[in-house]
Amino acid sequence: MSKAQPTSDRDGDAREGAEPRRAGAFDVRVVIAALIGFYGIVLIIMGLVADTAQARAKTGDVNANLWAGLGMAVVALAFVVWARLRPVIIEPPSDSTDS
Amino acid sequence: MDEPLRISASIVDYALVVAYFAVVLLVGLAARRRVSGSLDFFLSGRSLPAWITGLAFISANLGAVEIIGMSANGAQYGMPTMHYYWIGAIPAMLFLGVVMMPFYYGSKVRSVPEFMLRRFGPGAHLVNAISFALAQILIAGINLFLLATVVNSLLGWPLWVALLLAAAIVLSYITLGGLSAAIYNEVLQFFVIVAALLPLTLIGLHRVGGVGGLIDRVEQSVGGGAEQLRAWPGSELAGFDNPILSVVGIVLGLGFVLSFGYWTTNFVEVQRALATPSMSAARNTPIVASFPKMFIPFVVVIPGMIAGVLVPEVMRLKAEQAAGVTYNDAILLLIRDVLPNGLLGVALAGLLAAFMAGMAANISAFNTVFSYDLWQRYVRQDRPDGYYVKVGRWATVGATLLAIGTAFIAAGYSNLMNYLQTLFGFFNAPLFATFILGILWKRMTATAGWAGLVAGTLGAVAVWVMNEAGVISLPGQGAAFVSAGVAFVVDIVVSVLVTLVTAPKPASELSGLVLSETPKRLRTDPAANRLPWYRAPAKLAGISLVLVIVLNLIFR
Repeated sequence: MSKAQPTSDRDGDAREGAEPRRAGAFDVRVVIAALIGFYGIVLIIMGLVADTAQARAKTGDVNANLWAGLGMAVVALAFVVWARLRPVIIEPPSDSTDS
Repeated sequence: MDEPLRISASIVDYALVVAYFAVVLLVGLAARRRVSGSLDFFLSGRSLPAWITGLAFISANLGAVEIIGMSANGAQYGMPTMHYYWIGAIPAMLFLGVVMMPFYYGSKVRSVPEFMLRRFGPGAHLVNAISFALAQILIAGINLFLLATVVNSLLGWPLWVALLLAAAIVLSYITLGGLSAAIYNEVLQFFVIVAALLPLTLIGLHRVGGVGGLIDRVEQSVGGGAEQLRAWPGSELAGFDNPILSVVGIVLGLGFVLSFGYWTTNFVEVQRALATPSMSAARNTPIVASFPKMFIPFVVVIPGMIAGVLVPEVMRLKAEQAAGVTYNDAILLLIRDVLPNGLLGVALAGLLAAFMAGMAANISAFNTVFSYDLWQRYVRQDRPDGYYVKVGRWATVGATLLAIGTAFIAAGYSNLMNYLQTLFGFFNAPLFATFILGILWKRMTATAGWAGLVAGTLGAVAVWVMNEAGVISLPGQGAAFVSAGVAFVVDIVVSVLVTLVTAPKPASELSGLVLSETPKRLRTDPAANRLPWYRAPAKLAGISLVLVIVLNLIFR
């Protein structure tokens, strides 16, 4: 979640407290990407270092953490790309600084 | 029930859960910096895009009762549970988007009771506001109770500690950020829930040998059989032996009265759509939501069915042997049996997220109705906006405390799903009848508005009391279907009779509130014609309807 902080600053809106309408643009897609991406990384690491026989017995001999982690990482990346390509401008101010 | 349910969570699992809650609180803090006027606090300044409010629309409903209850139904009844989605949700959501939303959004009301006030005056408004607030507190209590039960049985924390902790977290993020924070977190919750349930379903399917393996096992299992693999006619679910009666009961009882009553008048849901910037976006909210909604049962009902053929305790339960668990535990037991540490933490975060989503939605809707519809209207009028925002914050605190109380009431019920359906019959079915009649029939009078609501609720209560007392005997879900149907019919009959002997409101006061008195430009979005097809409400709704019919045909 430490990643959520710089990205919301990248949008530059949390800083400009003088314009309350403008401050609404912290993008939920970036927050989703940060959380799901964090989960993905943790699961990939778990899949690589903690792939125990006990875990294999539960999942029916699949490295479930690794695959789920990779899936989440892909989803997180897709959200980042989407947020970059199509930024949401909520209540656009008179000067469009976002474009 | 705590011993079989104890799950061995590791430090990594706890870390994943903590990470989730940290993000939730950060969102609340960030949202707080943007709270300005009171409209902003309550409706997020009408600025959110439809896909966000659409997902929030689902999350608000994807609470504890949904996940626990629907997977339990899946374990017990199998595929007929799909009706709760394909018959009991999608058509009503599309109806809300296509037909009802223009009246909500176009009349610029902040709550459903406020609509009643403008259409029918103070009588119907007061009845509706009080019954709505009461229902929200009762339902929030159910969500809080289930949340605490899961924390208690999974992690071993005492129930009351879990209750207070859960209440404190829900409270802090709603108070911090208002509806914006609630909606943002609901969207986040949606993805965490899917991240939890999708691997669970896939690994579960892998364990039983894929889709084919699941079909074979359900067919051959004790207490299973081929009818659990088909959605229709669903005799076991409806409680009617006759297949035709069963289909009629599901379509009319569940599909029409209960589901239209729930989805079209439940302010928890409608409030999400009101937070959008345009009429088209508001109408799109439930329509966009209908697409993920029709696929959610595949990660909720299917795991329940897998649990029914994979988890030893649930298999014993289906065979009607002593098992020491209930169907409500099905999904938790499956999580215990198939998820390794790591994914287990994601699943716990997802479940806790879902349970909080439901409760937060109840509390924030209560908060709006309490401060605007009760306090501002009947206690203190004409104060500045800031005053009502403050009242809203205190209402949130009060509602959370009351929900802790009603959680202990909910703890006394063995079947929460029936309890909940009964509440919907009492409150939502009459409201839907009054609402739809009021929109379509301009002569309907103010007196008829409140008299119909009261009579409808009393009718539903009467059926419930007769069933409890044994005067009539209806099986579990059948009773809820019938009492909702009675509430609907009684409400319509009383409203019509009262209208005929009382004086109607002048037509000039009904603009935006009644179909025939609303000019077309108020009901439509001027920019609607220029929207691409994927943003046009009617076209999207058509696609959704076709998809759901296809699903019903595939799984008939």
